[in-house]
Amino acid sequence: MTAADPSAIFREEAAELLITLEEALLGLESTPGDKDLVDTAFRALHTIKGSGAMFGFEAVAGFTHHLENAFDMVRKGEFALNSDLVGMALGALDHIQTLIEHPESASSADGDAILAKVAAVLGKPATAARSDTRPVAPVQEQSDKAIWRIRFRLAGNSLVMGTNPLLLLDELRELGECTVVALTGDIPALEVMDPTACYMGWDAVLTTDRPKSKIEDVFIFVMDDAQISIERILDEDPRLGEILVGRGDVPATAVIAANEQIQRLGAILVKGGVVAEDKIKAALAEQKHVKAEIGKVQAQAQANSIRVPAERLDSLMDQVGELVIAQARLKQLVSGMGDSPIKSLAEEIERLSNGLRDTTMGIRTVPIGTLFSRFKRLVRDISQELGKDVDLVTSGEETELDKTVIERLNDPLVHIVRNSMDHGIETPDDRVKAGKVRQGHLHLSAVHSGAQVYIRIRDDGRGLDRDRIRAKAVENGLIAADAKVGDQDLYQMIFAPGFSTAKEVTSLSGRGVGMDVVRRTIESLRGSVEVDSFPGHGTEITLHLPLTLAIIDGLLIRVGLGHYVIPLSAVEECVELTAADDQPNSGRSFLNIRGDLVPFIRLRETFQTAVPLELYQKVVIVAVGDRRIGLVVDQVIGEHQTVIKSLSKLHADVHSFSGATILGDGSVALIIDVGAVTQTGRLPEIDKEAS
Amino acid sequence: MAKTVLSVDDSASMRQMIKLTLSGAGYEVIEAVDGRDGLAKAKTAPVNMVLTDLNMPNMDGLALIKELRALPTFKGVPIIFLTTESDESKKAEAKASGATAWIVKPFQQDQLLSVVRKVIG
Repeated sequence: MTAADPSAIFREEAAELLITLEEALLGLESTPGDKDLVDTAFRALHTIKGSGAMFGFEAVAGFTHHLENAFDMVRKGEFALNSDLVGMALGALDHIQTLIEHPESASSADGDAILAKVAAVLGKPATAARSDTRPVAPVQEQSDKAIWRIRFRLAGNSLVMGTNPLLLLDELRELGECTVVALTGDIPALEVMDPTACYMGWDAVLTTDRPKSKIEDVFIFVMDDAQISIERILDEDPRLGEILVGRGDVPATAVIAANEQIQRLGAILVKGGVVAEDKIKAALAEQKHVKAEIGKVQAQAQANSIRVPAERLDSLMDQVGELVIAQARLKQLVSGMGDSPIKSLAEEIERLSNGLRDTTMGIRTVPIGTLFSRFKRLVRDISQELGKDVDLVTSGEETELDKTVIERLNDPLVHIVRNSMDHGIETPDDRVKAGKVRQGHLHLSAVHSGAQVYIRIRDDGRGLDRDRIRAKAVENGLIAADAKVGDQDLYQMIFAPGFSTAKEVTSLSGRGVGMDVVRRTIESLRGSVEVDSFPGHGTEITLHLPLTLAIIDGLLIRVGLGHYVIPLSAVEECVELTAADDQPNSGRSFLNIRGDLVPFIRLRETFQTAVPLELYQKVVIVAVGDRRIGLVVDQVIGEHQTVIKSLSKLHADVHSFSGATILGDGSVALIIDVGAVTQTGRLPEIDKEAS
Repeated sequence: MAKTVLSVDDSASMRQMIKLTLSGAGYEVIEAVDGRDGLAKAKTAPVNMVLTDLNMPNMDGLALIKELRALPTFKGVPIIFLTTESDESKKAEAKASGATAWIVKPFQQDQLLSVVRKVIG
């Protein structure tokens, strides 16, 4: 048990308390009237019981409870202490000690005997070990939405006593849509006002599905001296006519006709002399008022969102990005300062800028699930249209993307899904013939990886027909008839204009949804498309999209004189490059990481660093999916909050880096595109040069 | 800035538990071992909230609450006291003396945190 283990501390504390108790009891044997000693004994028992219950020593707490009661009675003068009781208390003390130190050997029969004796002396039956005065929580009732009218006025001294009404209002807001009106009518003129007094009350209308007890809980500490009323405003009982029509028992017209014959309730009552007309008027006025309130609440709810031009958000994001960079600079400058007011201010600024960053990043991003959910319907409709049976599975719905990106992804995704269902997935009969399950599967998934999002559309259809694609490519003059083309490059051909079979691209302006438009759309978002196919088993199309606005956690590394950032989410670990691994090698090099062979590349070579090596090199193992690669670097500097700056259009062909960032000292660090690196096993530009 | 809680309890194990729970949730915790110690600490450094047991030697919780409320710096500072279920009369007395809220012993860590959050956010 470590020193920080509370039960260990309790044991120590209990041991001390038992000693104190023993001394007090022994003193009481000779001077039973000594109030201080009685107090000390009581307090020791009280603490042992209280702390015992806190730290899991239930038996101790239960047993000690009775003695505590006994001494409480003595303390209050309800019972005069005598030597019998003291003797029993000493015996009880031993029992407590056993319970704490050797619970296995404690006998509850012994304990009960002692308690019985104590009870006998006191002339009272031993009360239950824990009288359950805590009320049983009421069974949770209704869970349907209701509107509540909550009114509360706090006591005048409640602010002084530490109550914060704003926190109460926040708690109410957590329960649901809440409209609050502050009642300031009782605030006196400034000259006579006591600034520490509370003159205000609050009226709130709350729409919630939580039970009334939860609303009452908010006021639990102020209930005693505040005026609080919580009432339900509106009961949404469905009406008989509606039910009948809904079940098809009665046509709507009949209900309407019947209603017309019914007199209004108010009219009936007035006619029958049951109530005066003006009272009806007043009640109707309240009805109108409440309905208006509800209407207000609803209108308010709608008014709670604002349209903002996207450019304003863009510029806000840019400014936040700059702020984060400047803040990093500030942090760097004050880091050497030791404790000082500037340093704590710098920390405060860091906290604020983090908060601002998180909030603004959350403004424009939307979970891709909003897009995916539309596809269930689409797949169903196309299934019926084509006479196929396809099941759509989605994952990664919570992956967040910029709203504009998601909007622009809709059309390309629709086209890819359509293609997949049209050409990829076979008819149920064909599938059975091919030995597959009748139902085809389409899997839409989205996942973050560092500064990128990968959206995958995978089907278990017949896959791409290499030969047909090749033939068409030759036909379209894209490749020479005898050219040797790798699978990957061949599959990419489907994005060339002229391949689309579904709808045509009409003109250079590109209206229409061919696969080439798909690729262009993705590329205009500075992403890329990858195709993989397994003849007979299916096709997988992956969209790589850079996060346009992102501040990610990165790992700052140094190669030669240059700094680079690797997205931390892709980093698995950093290991030392041992001399054994560091054999000069022109082919692929591999590291043995716990039995796995991981290929690695030396960034010094890649970047042709001439600066001499002085430190031990480190290898940063990065992974995307199940592909891993090691990157050998000169130095791993550490975690760095990376504000991603996209590379300009000039660098659109550069695939090794997904962006850049500005470091605290103003220099630029390029962000390595781990997707590209793990894909090819080397930085793409090197590949191009090699071929 | 982290909120500061002054934790006053003569039981070392209680203080331990409270400190672990609250500092784990981001609060700064200053400890005192009894009412007198608590009052002294409250006078030397600003605190956002006081959490005190009632039963302590050298000035019990009730007296501490009264003394704290008498300090000009303590207007509006929430004071939470620890009470056992059977202490109904003590509860009323403590509130009358100026306490803001209470926690019933024994309590779990999450119960402690939820009351503290309710009171100072």
